[in-house]
Amino acid sequence: MTDVVVAGVGMHPWGKWGRNFVEYGIVAARAALADAGIDYRDVQFVSGADTVRNGYPGYVAGATFAQALGWTGARVASSYAACASGATALEIARAEILAGRCDVALVVGADTTAKGFLAPNAGDRPDDPDWLRFRLLGATNPTYFALYARRRMALHGATERDFAEVRAKNARHGLGNPNARYRKAFSVDDILASPMVADPLRLVEICATSDGGAAVVLVSDAYAKRIGISNPVRVRAVSTVTPAFPQTIIEMPHFATDSGVTSDGVTPFKDSIAKAAYEEAGLGPEDLSLAEVYDLSSALELDWYEHIGLCKAGEAERLLHDGDTTIGGRIPVNPSGGLACFGEAVPAQALAQVCEVAWQLRGQAGDRQVEGARVGLTANQGLFGHGSSVILSL
Amino acid sequence: MPAIEGWFTTDDSPALLGNRCTTCGTVFFPKASFYCPNPGCQGEQFEETPLSRVGRIWSYTDAQYQPPPPYVPRSQDYTPFAIAAVELADEQMVVLGQVADGYTVADLKVGQQVEMVVEELFTEGDTEYQVWRWKPIAEASS
Repeated sequence: MTDVVVAGVGMHPWGKWGRNFVEYGIVAARAALADAGIDYRDVQFVSGADTVRNGYPGYVAGATFAQALGWTGARVASSYAACASGATALEIARAEILAGRCDVALVVGADTTAKGFLAPNAGDRPDDPDWLRFRLLGATNPTYFALYARRRMALHGATERDFAEVRAKNARHGLGNPNARYRKAFSVDDILASPMVADPLRLVEICATSDGGAAVVLVSDAYAKRIGISNPVRVRAVSTVTPAFPQTIIEMPHFATDSGVTSDGVTPFKDSIAKAAYEEAGLGPEDLSLAEVYDLSSALELDWYEHIGLCKAGEAERLLHDGDTTIGGRIPVNPSGGLACFGEAVPAQALAQVCEVAWQLRGQAGDRQVEGARVGLTANQGLFGHGSSVILSL
Repeated sequence: MPAIEGWFTTDDSPALLGNRCTTCGTVFFPKASFYCPNPGCQGEQFEETPLSRVGRIWSYTDAQYQPPPPYVPRSQDYTPFAIAAVELADEQMVVLGQVADGYTVADLKVGQQVEMVVEELFTEGDTEYQVWRWKPIAEASS
């Protein structure tokens, strides 16, 4: 299959700016178009990642961004897949190019978020598991992150100090990232002094909610040649897999797992996400120069090392302590600083991961540059069963 | 009254209520509706089945800050509560629930045995709304 080329990437810095999400989206889109050297009027397809917290314009994000950038008659799509929305929007744009229906597509995601816990939209919905888990259990997102963290401690002997070391590593990575919201060094002791939110996870170890925007310009291989992009960054795989039945690990926002009576031979969901991407790309974990994974909590980053195959189950702490996942190590993870330094702008986040990998592969990541980066993977997951993993390579 | 209809019984020996596909035998909680979620099964009929009342803690945590609505606080002064994910051996299923009143994370361990109880979730006017909870049970030391 011909690869699709990442012609340009751009972001609006993450923060708590309190402005309209459309502004962040078009700032990111214009930055990505400028990066690509492509005139907006040459974009044939606009793919928007939706936000559900900003009213109707957020549900039709593709058209909202297209109108804000100026109507051109381009085709449009809007998609929602929770935290995986950006990957879904990217996949739709890639499919349009691979199908030969267009040569230039613009993918945009942006969000404005309220302070505090992410909560369901207002209104009584007793048949919505996401509403019910707050009503019947008081189970917030950190509840689920903390269940995984405690399980990791019981199963693999991880400690609160291990989790704090992940957070401290990501703080170091993000210090100089101009798009990161939090650029502050944290010692392990600082982190361990932070208030407990959901035992064993502390406030600074749980991803905040942020405002931000990210955009990616994809072009066909032929178009990339025509406009003279040399040594292009290629999209080698986009995985948008769902879980396989039975799902035997508890997942947000559910109350229970499926019954595991017939689970033989079923790959656990989080393992299947990157696996599908590796299979499509014909690459494996040993080929990676870096990875951007969804550190919704400090502890969850350790789980991801195993889910994306960097090590066997129970070995993530060793990888961390050996410095393998630090910039300068064997396989740096979250060189951007990750969600720890960004906070989450839901529909923009999977695209932000792609932006970081593209900058790394082009050698433009400044003081967080992974030397000689050639292949990068992103991994993320949207609630209700949306996998998201993208592999880019030179 | 139960805070949700049809999810659990409230008798002396309360149990969560799931259902079982009459075609493939898979048990679901909350109950499956319409069609069997097992992709290899065409079943459309289910029979209600109580789940095991006793299980072992798979993992646990707590809520040190008051959750946002639609969570309903029980009083003006927020008291943190614990939440456990509990593994039911027969069903090979993990089910979430708050931990019974009076227990904190300090009282919990992964692998510990718990049983299902019914307690107050919140009271509105004169009506007490109830929910299932997991309560640690003492095990004979070996």
